Amino acid sequence: MRDLAASTVTETVAEMCKEANIYLGDDVSGALRRSLEEEESPTGQEVLKQLIANLEIAAEEQIPICQDTGFAVFFVEVGQEVHLTGGGLTEAINAGVKKGYTEGYLRKSIVDDPLYDRKNTGDNTPAVIYTDIVPGDKLKISFAPKGGGSENMSAVKMLKPADGEEGLIDFVVNHVKLAGPNPCPPIVVGVGIGGTFDRVAVLAKKALFRPVGQPHSDIKFADLEKRILKKINDLGVGPQGFGGRIFALAVHIETFPSHIASLAAAVNINCHASRHVERII
Amino acid sequence: MQLTGRLTGERGRLKLEAKRIEAPLHDDDILSLKAGDNVLISGVIYTARDAAHKKFIELIDKKAELPLDLKGQIIYYVGPTPARPGQVIGSAGPTTSGRMDAYTPRMLENGMKACIGKGLRSSEVKEALQEHKGIYLAAVGGAGALLSKKIKKCEVVAYPELGPEAVHRLEVEDFPATVINDAYGNDLYAEGAKAYAR
Repeated sequence: MRDLAASTVTETVAEMCKEANIYLGDDVSGALRRSLEEEESPTGQEVLKQLIANLEIAAEEQIPICQDTGFAVFFVEVGQEVHLTGGGLTEAINAGVKKGYTEGYLRKSIVDDPLYDRKNTGDNTPAVIYTDIVPGDKLKISFAPKGGGSENMSAVKMLKPADGEEGLIDFVVNHVKLAGPNPCPPIVVGVGIGGTFDRVAVLAKKALFRPVGQPHSDIKFADLEKRILKKINDLGVGPQGFGGRIFALAVHIETFPSHIASLAAAVNINCHASRHVERII
Repeated sequence: MQLTGRLTGERGRLKLEAKRIEAPLHDDDILSLKAGDNVLISGVIYTARDAAHKKFIELIDKKAELPLDLKGQIIYYVGPTPARPGQVIGSAGPTTSGRMDAYTPRMLENGMKACIGKGLRSSEVKEALQEHKGIYLAAVGGAGALLSKKIKKCEVVAYPELGPEAVHRLEVEDFPATVINDAYGNDLYAEGAKAYAR
């Protein structure tokens, strides 16, 4: 067993919160720069230029890229040889979120009672945390601050197996079309296919953690990602919905085996500020 | 529809071919603007999101006084991040406007002239814009750092307990936005996508 102090997890998480909200990863900023070359609409080009300028101002002046610094979402791979000392994993992560969001001048966007009081918790906790137990003695923490505007444009649908590829494509494209300008295009589209009602939503979320533009490892699904992306961009919605070529920067699919009776599908949308960072400790 | 506006991208000082407007607004300003126009707003605007709108409408229902005079005002849907020491305001981009749809016709009825957000509006809002001579503007969603540089002064004027959702009075200079729905029933979201669909 390897001892790992919970305080190390807290410190690491705090740094990740600050970093992700101010510096956009090279994958997304690169995709934005490339999309400027493909965009035909002058208004669309202007939007993309503003977004690139925004990233530079954010980094130089330490201002969050977007005022919605998100729900703190974590996927943690916990090596089964890791022994956490001085506290539990969930508490350590939440303490890191509290520290990072407070010290980093990030917005606290979480309310405790979702239906009635809706009182702000004041420190952006609790985080949404998914854990996987894996072999090894390391902790791999992936973090994404997930904006509410794009999150609201998400959907799960229990398709019939007979709906097949065509039904899946229709569901995704029609849903993204419905979302239109709301999720701050150009968007990244996370798609989950397979599993149960709950698992497919997590798959769609996990798809947003993949570096933008990195295709699915299975050529069939990599090809499907490309075809769905083309259909989405052919809608003409464009950057910010003002009309143009670039409605989405990427489509990422994650899959899981399916029950014989089911074909679960989910769409989780991210805005152009598709923030995600990763640390191994 | 003519999509006006051209950007010569000197970073942070974006030169937009745009119409300059002064807030608060008059009917003449509204009637001179068409969907697709880019504008640069200077003057005083106020922020309000879901929670503040709910309180405004409760006050209007009770015929009580609002914390601001809505006449001619531009309301910006934003919940900024906290300012670092020395900064006027933190990141301050628009939030999704559709959540305010339930309240917007009443706000227009009571004098509001324009709102700034991002995303689709309901048919009720679009009709109310025509009826009360109002416009719906979009700022670039997710450009909160860039937009914060256009805000020169910021103070909380109501509901400080709402944190980021408090009502702020903002002094803005050349704040960039695009007209989505004008007072004539035009809609840039519909027209723009139609022009580029394949």
